[in-house]
Formats: sequence, structure tokens, C-alpha cells
Amino acid sequence: MTKLLEMKNLNVRFKGKRTVHAINDVSLSMEQGETLALLGESGSGKSVTLKTLLGLLPPKRSEIDGSIHVNGTDIMSLRGKALQRYRGGEVSMVFQEPALALDPVYTVGHQIAESVMRHKGVNKAEAMSTALDMLDRVRIPSANRRLHNYPHELSGGMRQRVMIALALACRPRLLLADEPTTALDATVQIQILLLLRELQKEFGMGVIFVTHDIGVAVEISERIAVMYAGQVVEEGTTHEIIRDARHPYTQGLLAANLHDVARGERLNAIPGAPPALEVRPDSCPFAPRCPVAMPECAAGLPPLHLPSDRRRVACLRAAQPLAAE
Amino acid sequence: MSVTDTYQPLPDTGGPAQPLIRVSGLQKYFPVRGGILGRTQAKVQAVDGVSFEVKKGETLGIVGESGCGKSTTAKLLIGLVEKDKGEIVFDGHALGERLSLKDLRRGVQMVFQDSYATLNPRLTILDSVAFGAKVQGLDNPEDLARKMMDRVGLDPDRFAHRYPHELSGGQRQRVNIARALAMSPRLVVLDEAVSALDKSVEAQVLNLLNDLREEFGLTYVFISHDLNVVRYISDRILVMYLGEVVEVAPVESIWHEQAHPYTRSLFSAMPSMDPDNRTKEPPLAGDPPNPINPPSGCRFHTRCRFASAVCREAVPKLSGLARNGDHMVACHLHDAESGHPKAGQGVPE
Repeated sequence: MTKLLEMKNLNVRFKGKRTVHAINDVSLSMEQGETLALLGESGSGKSVTLKTLLGLLPPKRSEIDGSIHVNGTDIMSLRGKALQRYRGGEVSMVFQEPALALDPVYTVGHQIAESVMRHKGVNKAEAMSTALDMLDRVRIPSANRRLHNYPHELSGGMRQRVMIALALACRPRLLLADEPTTALDATVQIQILLLLRELQKEFGMGVIFVTHDIGVAVEISERIAVMYAGQVVEEGTTHEIIRDARHPYTQGLLAANLHDVARGERLNAIPGAPPALEVRPDSCPFAPRCPVAMPECAAGLPPLHLPSDRRRVACLRAAQPLAAE
Repeated sequence: MSVTDTYQPLPDTGGPAQPLIRVSGLQKYFPVRGGILGRTQAKVQAVDGVSFEVKKGETLGIVGESGCGKSTTAKLLIGLVEKDKGEIVFDGHALGERLSLKDLRRGVQMVFQDSYATLNPRLTILDSVAFGAKVQGLDNPEDLARKMMDRVGLDPDRFAHRYPHELSGGQRQRVNIARALAMSPRLVVLDEAVSALDKSVEAQVLNLLNDLREEFGLTYVFISHDLNVVRYISDRILVMYLGEVVEVAPVESIWHEQAHPYTRSLFSAMPSMDPDNRTKEPPLAGDPPNPINPPSGCRFHTRCRFASAVCREAVPKLSGLARNGDHMVACHLHDAESGHPKAGQGVPE
């Protein structure tokens, strides 16, 4: 079976007043129907990775190289009609802020139907009935009435459900979710996460879920890739990342989650801030903040350590037991 | 001279037993205007009858969903929003009687969520930090500002003459903390002060807040939607729902037992952090109701699994649990005389 996603040595550089090396040599691969969380802090390159996958980066200001295949199709070469069919048909996206992503002057039913008509070539009536079915599937109560509502008439959680209905209306093979629950309240967030989990199983699609919250990643994904300074520093199953994190950055993130910290106890905070990425990192980008850095860490990019199949850690220390523990 | 020596807080007047701040019956309704004449058409009941006190040196955490009134409560505490009703008493002095707004703001300072929007983009960091102290007429405001910047981990020689846009989010939040502390306050209200920061930076700022509390003998009101953060920093937790207090209790007590069904749902909505034991069912369906027309009786009854007729009619009173008076809850289930069919048995599983 063809791989759902095969991304090899992706590099993205933004030009302008100052150059930013946003993605540096990222490779990812996904099987059909897999859920992968991209975990990282702001500026780590998670959203840029998603945008590259949909070809949404500004063409004049970004330099992209590397190869991306989705279901065997080379998406870097897609142009015009083929790109339109791919976006929203093969791969679609749910954004963080549904209030901004939905068009305020059309009803939500109209917006879903428009995408269905465009991709499936059906007439308006059929498309509206698909839209209704989708609103039902994302568990919107009294979907019949909601179909004719405008986005501003819906609550935040409801709008995010509409976004999901819109994204899934054409049955994409791959769903990209860019922090879709960050703007929501905790009690609504968990509803949306569980809904996405159910729909993912029901439709058998792959999901890439971008988040900065480890707890959210655990709830939604089978696999986690941790990003730092535009690189994937560690990847493995959710179980491996949570129970056996090998990269000092991942360990730091887990500690900063405060899940099991005693009250008032001094936190093991990662000092400093991430690098600005004006130059392409030529050594471990985490070394300046790393509690277990060695002189060798500044000498060059750390080799990938591969403890098991599909597990990787970009750290010199990963091959040996950590001195800090 | 160390930074602790330059700290000039208002003197303690009532001794340690007197709460630093006490609010009772606090109410704020925001008018919703509309139509051609701009008449008031409805009122958002943002805060409705909120009472609590914060002891000296204590940290009170306030949690709740958006629209529950936590930020309005914070703004009422420092007089940024004028209250409709109720009383704010700072160290024994009631606001508007023996305490002016200016004096209140000497004693109470606030740090906001959006570190960029709350700094004047045309003022240098040093001017921003020294601004309040200048207004209040404290001695040597700039010297004080430099010391405070140094204390929060910003080298004054490097940062004093920079502008807010040249700093990272974590650094700007340190500036906001320095600015609040330059007034030598006794109470600092932190409204989602670490929520916009990345996790690794959040941990640094939390460590800083803990150190400052000890060094300057501060009292915090810490507002956040992140229960883990609130548990870490607070002594007591207050839970709000649609403008009302539904539960307030010491951290250990509430972590052990959530007495209000809403609090319990809020706690179970936290991601599990356990890949073998993921959340199976959402604890609550739907979004919080609109505070313009809050439900009658207990405002939570529309989403509560245990609601009965009495919950729709009568407003439950906030009162202490039988076995632990410090743990206060507003729920008919805990009141044996409320008329709820399961009253007096606590919250069923």
C-alpha cells in the first residue's frame, strides 16, 4: 500500500528583511489512517510544515526544497486545477480560529455545499444534503436549523464543529489540524478531541495534529513528532514519547506540563529561549539550553539515533544513559 | 541597597488575622446596547453576587471557562471596571470610604495576559516600568525601576532603552511583572499571566513568581484556565460559573474531592496524560450558556446530570461542607434541607 505521506528532507526558508530558516531538513512518513501529533513551541515550524503540505506558503517569499508525496502524488509539482483538486479534496485543514476561517457573509450550509459542489461536481440540492449529513456527523444539535445559520450565530465550539464538517465533507485521505482546540474552553476542547478521534476511525483518514500541549497530543494521536527550531528532534509512538522520552528537550517539555509536580516545588524550567533561526543551525540547536550538553554537541548536527523501528532521537546523549538522572 | 530595601509597600494595618482583601456581594452587569437609539436591550450578568476573601500571604487561584466572570472580577478588584454593587475592603479599609482608588492601586497591581497590548509601544521599557511609581510620587522611580528589572531577570543596561516590540513574549511578561512590582503592591492580580507563554517559558515565569512572593511577602490572586498551573501556585482555588462562585476550597481538598458537579466536570476535562487510559467520554456536552440570560435557579442546572426540580427554581447558597467547613460549595446536593431528592448525599458517582 502506498504511504499516506512521505516527506523527505524538507527545507523552508523565508526571505525578506531578514531570512528565517523555518524548516530544516524535516522528514516524516505516515501510513494510511495514522494520527500523528506535531508537538512544539511557537516558532518550532509545526504550522509551516502544515502550510507547506497544502501549498499555502507565499510563493515569492519562500524557498522550499525537498520532496513531499501524498498518496504517491508529488505535491510540489502540482499547479492550477490539479492543486485545487488536491486542496480540500485529498487533503484539508482545520484552523485554530474558526471565526476567522469561516466566511461571515455566507451561511455555514452554503460554505460546506460550495466545497462539495466544487470537488464532487454535484448540484446544489445534493450538496446541501451532504452538508446536512456532515453537520449531523459532527454532532451539531438540530442540524437542519443550523444549516441556515451564519458563523456569528454559533458558539466557538459549534463553529469548530462546522470547520471540521467543512474539512471532512469531501472525505480527504489526510486531515491537517492546526491547534484546532487551543482557542476553546477545556470542557469544549475535550468534546472536539473525542469527536475528531471518532471521525478519524469512522472515515479511516490520516490526521496530522499540530499542538503545543502534550496532554492534547496524548488524547488524539498514536504517534508524536517533537519539533524544535525547525527540526524533528524526537519521534515515536505516543507511549514511547510519554513513558520513555530520550531527548532532553522532550523531557523538559514533559516536566513543564506540571502534571505531577508538587505545589510550590521549584520547577525544572528549560533556561533561555529558542534560537532565532536567522542562520541555518549547523550544530544541535538545543545545546545552548540543554542541561546535559557536552562540548561535542556544538561541533555539528547530532546524528539520528534509531532505537527501534520508526523511532528516532536527534541527540548525542540518546545512545548513552543520561548523566542527569 | 538591595531591591528588598527599596520596596515601600503600604503599611500593614490589621495584623495577620485580617484578610488582605475581602469582597462581598460584588456585582457587575454590562449593558448591551442596540437599535437606532442605542438603548440598553439586555444586560450581560458578568459578575453576580461574588464574595470571597484573600488572606495575607495567600495565593487564591480562580478558575472557570470563558465568560464566567473571572477577568471582570480581576478588573473590579483594582477598580478598572466600576462595580454596580458590593463592597471591596482592602486591609480593613473599604474602597470609596477610607480608601481612594489611587491608594487601592498602590496596594493592588495587575499583570494581564497579553503582554504586548498592555505595554505602551512608544515608551521604553524603563519608562513603562517607572511610570506608575512616578505617578504615585515614590522616591527615585527610575532607580527603583532598574532594580526591579534586574530582579525579574532583565539586565537593565541591556533592556532599559528598548521598546516592547524588540522583546520576546517571556521578556515582555517579565517587564509587566516588574512594572506591577515597581509600585510596591501588597496584592498582585495575575490574569492569565502565563497562559500566552510557551510551556518552557511558563515554567521560568512561575519560578520567578514563587521567588518574588517569598521575597516581598506578596499575596496573589491568580486567574487561569489551566488547572495544573493553578494547583501548582495556589493555596486555595475558587471556581466560577456564569458570574457566580460555585466552589471554593483549599487546593488539597478540592483536588481530592470536587464537591460541585461543575468542578468535577472541569477537572475531568483535563487531558489525561496517560496514553493507556485516554478520556473516553466528554464530561459535559455543549458550550456554557450565554451570560445575557443565565438559567434560573442554579445556573449550572442546564448542563448538570443531577439536576432536579429544585435546581431550576432555587439558587443554592455557598456554604461549608459538613466535614470540612473550609471547603465551600453552592449545590443543592450538599444541603440536606434543599428538597433535592438526593440531597445530603454529596455528588453521586
